[in-house]
Amino acid sequence: MKGNVIKYERDNIDTDVILPGTYLKLHDYDELASHAMEGIDPEFHAKVKDGDFIVSGKNFGCGSSREHAPIALSHSGIKAVLALSFARIFYRNSVDGAFLLPIEIDEEAYKNIANGDELNISVETNEIKNVTKNQTYQMKPFSEIIGKIIAAGGLFKFKP
Amino acid sequence: MNITEKILARASGRERLSPDDVVFVNVDKVMLHDVSGPGVIKVFEKLKNQGINVEKLWDSSKVWIAEDHFVPSAEKVSAENIVKLSNFSKKYGIEKHFKYGLGQYGICHTLSHEEALVLPGEVYVGGDSHTNTTGALGAFACGLGHTDVAYVLLNGKIWFKVPETLLFKLNGKLPEHVMAKDLILKIIGDIGTDGGAYKTMQFAGNGIDEMSVDERLTLTNMTTEAGAKNGIIEPDQKIVDHLASRGATEFTQIKGDSDADYSKTFEYEASEMEPIVAKPFSPENIVIVREAPTVELDKAYIGSCTGAKLEDLEAVAKILKGKKVKIRTEVLPAAISIYKKAIEKGFIQIFLDAGATVGPPTCGACCGAHMGVLAKGEICISTTNRNFPGRMGHVESQTYLASPLVTAASAVTGKITDPRDLN
Repeated sequence: MKGNVIKYERDNIDTDVILPGTYLKLHDYDELASHAMEGIDPEFHAKVKDGDFIVSGKNFGCGSSREHAPIALSHSGIKAVLALSFARIFYRNSVDGAFLLPIEIDEEAYKNIANGDELNISVETNEIKNVTKNQTYQMKPFSEIIGKIIAAGGLFKFKP
Repeated sequence: MNITEKILARASGRERLSPDDVVFVNVDKVMLHDVSGPGVIKVFEKLKNQGINVEKLWDSSKVWIAEDHFVPSAEKVSAENIVKLSNFSKKYGIEKHFKYGLGQYGICHTLSHEEALVLPGEVYVGGDSHTNTTGALGAFACGLGHTDVAYVLLNGKIWFKVPETLLFKLNGKLPEHVMAKDLILKIIGDIGTDGGAYKTMQFAGNGIDEMSVDERLTLTNMTTEAGAKNGIIEPDQKIVDHLASRGATEFTQIKGDSDADYSKTFEYEASEMEPIVAKPFSPENIVIVREAPTVELDKAYIGSCTGAKLEDLEAVAKILKGKKVKIRTEVLPAAISIYKKAIEKGFIQIFLDAGATVGPPTCGACCGAHMGVLAKGEICISTTNRNFPGRMGHVESQTYLASPLVTAASAVTGKITDPRDLN
């Protein structure tokens, strides 16, 4: 999985800024994508490219349970969010709905990965290669259940 | 085992569970509303295209639907979502659908306890993050997204990792000027907005025993703001009476063992508690009201699942009686049943005499949807539960979170005000 980084160097990016409440009535996935990150970065929609990664701090996706949030990011082209930690419903929604990979990284990776860096991520080896900086970081391995649901392609394809 | 572990063990057919065990649990009740409902319908469409049978629910008698976020319909898209929801409940034979303009309706979490839709010991999931609220009845209550709710609707079960439990003990009865809202803001300020992440937040102690059901619901509601999987309080006679008065008498109370494990215990002395506000832009950004910054408020909002229950309105009425509001003030009772009781008790008359506007039950401006959203630069004091950037409207508006007492006192002065300092 290869792509470039859009970095938001802050904690607690909540689902209200990922997809503002006024758009909760919308359920067309592409329409939602056009409003992704509007609460924090109105330029996001214009700059995001298919395959990009978001990198951010602690408690990414906190707040409302709106599945609109991972949907809007995923349909914008985001393949994974790399964060120091995730709020639980955003994490579940991303995995169970097979929208994107929520990848936990450590402080060192967070500090070193810069906006625009090219990353090559392997969930098989838990390695994140920073192609731009020629560095390698370890991601936190997925727990057993999460790994299985991801491998199956979402909760509905997972056989308990 | 503690109460949460016992409920999850019962629902997964296990003798014993410990934190970090992963189990599929049988769900007793499930809720969707006019935001998560159309989201679930969209998931069903996707599944149908993949050849998965979505013609029948696992048990439609265990499902209920609330119309609350964008009602009364703000514009065409919301109106169409309500039609979609009606078609959905008709197709699947869901009888408990609380429609606005047709008798009892209101905010989903409020209906859960007003209508005794969830009982002690049950596993209850809903398509809304504040589903945690209903844990005050002694149920395992947890919010999920559209895919997970769709999975529950079709399979009757869902996976959970058993959470570790943080125990918050309140010693003594809260003073008259302090409400449960002040306590939960204090707790969130202490542990942070990820301090309860993936965990259970359980409340106990003689201060909780003294607390009314409405006040307990405020505590469990805002465990969501600390990232918790669920908030819970062991059921007692007050819960039994509350449910009995709403026609629910048959349930099994589950309580924790005396030697149950809690990963950490926090103690709070009621007598030391002060009225608190959370400043923009996080519920953890707390300050004692008497030390709050002097800001010119534009608006007071009394609404939501957190702050528009009957006792919340009673607290507001106590302050506003015989006084006039100085800033735009909006009161939205959380359900029709509460609205009616507020009329009977004279609260609505007090609000109107004070100059406030009273609106219909709706999530409304709490989530920036409609009915009183904030303009650029506006500053609001609110009984709701979130104050993220743009939460109640423009991304450059600001919200201070406070108790109904503090919000009402501030409505009178136009500044953030401790109810004790109001003449």
